[in-house]
Parts: sequence; structure tokens; C-alpha cells
Amino acid sequence: MDKLMNKRPVLWLLGIGTPALLLAAWWLASAGSTDTFFPPLADIVDRFRALWLFDHFGSDVLVSLRNLVLGYAIAALAAVAVGFVTALAAPVRWAVDPLIHFLRGIPPVALVPIFISLMGFGPEMRVASIALAAFFPTFIATVDGLRAVDRGLLDVAQVYRLSRRDRVVAVLLPAASPQIFSGLQVSLQTAFVVMIASEMLGPSRGIGAMTLLAQQSFMISDMWSGILLLGVIGFAANFLFDLVRRKVLAWYIGSRRLARAS
Amino acid sequence: MRTTETAPITTTDTPVVPEPPRLDVVHLAKSYGSSSQKGDGGKKVIEDLTFSVGAGEVVCIVGPSGVGKTTLLKCLAGLQPASSGYAAIDGRTISGPPPEMALVFQDYSRSLMPWLTVRKNVILPLRHLRLAKAELKARCDEALEAVGLSHAENQYPWQLSGGMQQRVAIARALAYRPEILIMDEPFASVDAQTRFDLEDLCLRIREDFGMTILVVTHDIDEAVYLADRVVVLGSKPARVLRVVDVDLPSPRDQISTRALPEFAEQRTEVLALIKRPA
Repeated sequence: MDKLMNKRPVLWLLGIGTPALLLAAWWLASAGSTDTFFPPLADIVDRFRALWLFDHFGSDVLVSLRNLVLGYAIAALAAVAVGFVTALAAPVRWAVDPLIHFLRGIPPVALVPIFISLMGFGPEMRVASIALAAFFPTFIATVDGLRAVDRGLLDVAQVYRLSRRDRVVAVLLPAASPQIFSGLQVSLQTAFVVMIASEMLGPSRGIGAMTLLAQQSFMISDMWSGILLLGVIGFAANFLFDLVRRKVLAWYIGSRRLARAS
Repeated sequence: MRTTETAPITTTDTPVVPEPPRLDVVHLAKSYGSSSQKGDGGKKVIEDLTFSVGAGEVVCIVGPSGVGKTTLLKCLAGLQPASSGYAAIDGRTISGPPPEMALVFQDYSRSLMPWLTVRKNVILPLRHLRLAKAELKARCDEALEAVGLSHAENQYPWQLSGGMQQRVAIARALAYRPEILIMDEPFASVDAQTRFDLEDLCLRIREDFGMTILVVTHDIDEAVYLADRVVVLGSKPARVLRVVDVDLPSPRDQISTRALPEFAEQRTEVLALIKRPA
């Protein structure tokens, strides 16, 4: 453990240095490129600044982010709530289980056409597609997490006659939270994919729409800059998610680390 | 000082069970796996148990491992229904977790909430009692003080040693102020020194809080040291072999009590019962 701690700065250097080196290599290799499909990185960065930070920030970037946040939030809340009902009420579980396993097998992106036919190409369709696709990973993780709650803890809750509210808030929810967070992480990735996919169909605004449009109109630098932006947003979203997870699951991460060390 | 009106056990040579018993177990039987009346389809864990625990008494249940002691406690705590017979508190049959009872589980690592600090673990069972803030704090402080863990109240259970975790579980039970405290092999997985400390803590709780205490253990020395009476179980399926009245002076002391010839006699009596082929 000590040895690893000593290596920590080295590891950080590797983590930051490697992408930086790759970027530099891209910059140098693409400088002066005349290849239509691989424009110089300098051009891409130029377009990035012009397009995303100014012209289309309000009209597209914010639109995409709003859809993502809204759809993801709806999915997360609904998945945990429905997961609780499903896991704790045996009849519901038996009724819902086969349906869920059928639905989860459908690739999330394939759900988009349903919503297009139901709601057209408006933002409601995009939010609904994101929400439905992001629902399943968290829902399944919640049900699994609740089923795996230690019998011993449930006995304690029963012997001490905890109220239903305490049982849910102070025992079941935290006990299942490590699994719920794993589900939420997968849901976040799914939501991100569906956000972009939903924008690539029909007349649309958003980062995905803009990126596709750029490709179709041979504005290759614009296309690259859109891809770059998606990467940045994905990275930032995961980073934020991890911050929250570390905060909420501090007890879990701490106990696991201690268990491994001993 | 003992709460004297309920404790005539230790001094007289003809020990009397205080009347009426607080906890009464009558022809209790439990089998698993089959709900049929015949019981041949299911696995019989408890054959027919009858014993009682008087108010303010410490009673230990000993028996070979796998005898169904934990199952018995689950029935007493209202976590599982008895297949036949019954257990009662003050004459009321137990059908769900009784409000006047607390249970200290054998496996402390599976009984404390790892996401709550020591203090919050102790408070958790009190939340639904709607106590005044000051009362809540006083109970929690007192319980942590009693087990010597006031300094660790803001730590998480997993940061503590096994013995300390079990003390947290005991503190949680104490703060709940049960009239009847049941412990399932509470000191099984702690080192010898901690074990002595926890045994004395258990006796002190009885003195200070006047609780009725039932301890399941597989350690015969511990049973004789702690108990006013020892219920000796025979195995497969469980039944009461004998109830041994422990006639040792009080207060008990880890060194001098264990050195008494009577202590050796009592433990030999219990041991002989357990060793004897059934």
C-alpha cells in the first residue's frame, strides 16, 4: 500500500501526460494536412470555438444538455421507485419480471422510432427516448440490489420495529446503493448515446444534429469539432457522476478499501 | 446493587424461579421445509422446548453447535413463527417482534449498518419512538458510555475491531431500553480479554438497568459464569436436557468466581450433560 502511495504522482503524470502527448501528436501530424477527412487539428479547434462556444451554444449545446439531464433524471427517479415496488411486492415482481427481461433485450436506440411515431420530432420525443432507454439499467440494478440486502440487516430492522420509512430510507436504500450506482452509471452512458441518436433523426437541433449536418454538407472540421465536444461532455458527465458517487458511497468505498488492505 | 425483589436466586440453597415468569417457552417446536402437520416432510429443528425466564434473571442456553439455538431465538424474537407450542411474554403469546425486547445478534458485521456512524447506529431504533431530542441524546450517550465507546461515536463500524463492533450492537440494544435482552452467542468471535470485559458488561447491565437477560452460548464456562440458571439443550432435534441452577455468590468476578470449587462443579455438571451421548 505504501509503495503504491509513493507511486501516486507517477500515475497521475501518466494519466494526464498520455492524452496530452496524443493530442500533441495529432496536432503535429495533422498540421498542414490537405486530406479532406483529416483536417488539421488547429482548424478543428478554431471551428470548435466558433461553433460551440458562441453560435450554437444556446441553440444546440444547451438543447442537447437539457434533453440529457431531463431524460436521465426522470429515468433515475422512476427506475429506483419502480425498482423498490417491484422488489418488495412479490406479486408485482412476478408480473413485471418477464416483461422487463423482454424490454431490456431491445437495444436502447431501437426504441427511438416508437417515440417518433407517437410524438413526432419534438423535444418530448427525445426526452422520452432518453428516459426509457436509461430506465432499464438502473431499474434492474435496483431490484438486484434490494434482493441482495443482507438478511441480518433486515432482521435488525424487524426486531427493533423500525418504521416503514426508516426501513426504506435508513436500511434498504443505502444497502442497495452500491448496486444502484452501478446501474446509474450504465444508465448515464445509455442516456448519452440515445441523446445523440435521437437528434440524428428528423429535422432537429442539438449537438448530434449539428454534427450529422456538418458531415452531410462536407464541413469536415465542423464534424470533427462536434465529435470532440461530445467527447468532452461525456468525460465531464462521468467526472461529475464519479464525484457524487464518491461522496454518497464514501462508507462503501472506505470499507472496501479497508477490507482489501487487511 | 441487585434489584433485590426479583432476585432470590443466588443466595438460597433452594433456588426459586421468580413468579410469574417474564418469558415463558411452552412445548415450542419448529420444523422447516414443510408446513404439513406430520412434520416428516420437513426438517425438525426443535423438538419440544419448555423453560422460563424470571424477571431480572440471567439465563444461559447451552448446547452443542447446530442444535437450533439461533432458530429458538428467532422464534422468541418473533422473526419466525413456532410450528407448535408457543413462547410468551408476561403471558402474551409472541407473534411478532415484541416491543419490550431487544436482540444482540451473533454476527455483528451483519447487524450494524455500515453506512451509519456508531452514534447513528445506536439512534436508528429510537427514531420511531419519537423521543425528545434531549432524551434521545441522553440515552445514546449513556449507552455508549456503558460500553466504553464514547470516543468512537463518530466512527463507522467497519473502522472498529470486532469486539468494539459487538459493543456498538450492545449499546444499540441498551439505548433501546428493552425489558428483555436476548443475545445470540454475542461474544463468540472476540478475543479472550474482550470476552471477559463483555461478560462483565452483561452482568453490569442487569444490575444497572434491571433487565431480564437470555444468552445463548456454546461456551459452558461462560454460561456458568453469567447465569442464574443454565438451560442445557440436547441435540437433533433440540430438547431441554436439564435446567441447572447456578449457585454462585454475587457479584461475580472473572478471577475469584472462576476459581471457586463450586464453579468447577457446576461446569462439570453442565459439561457431563452435553458430553453424554444422546
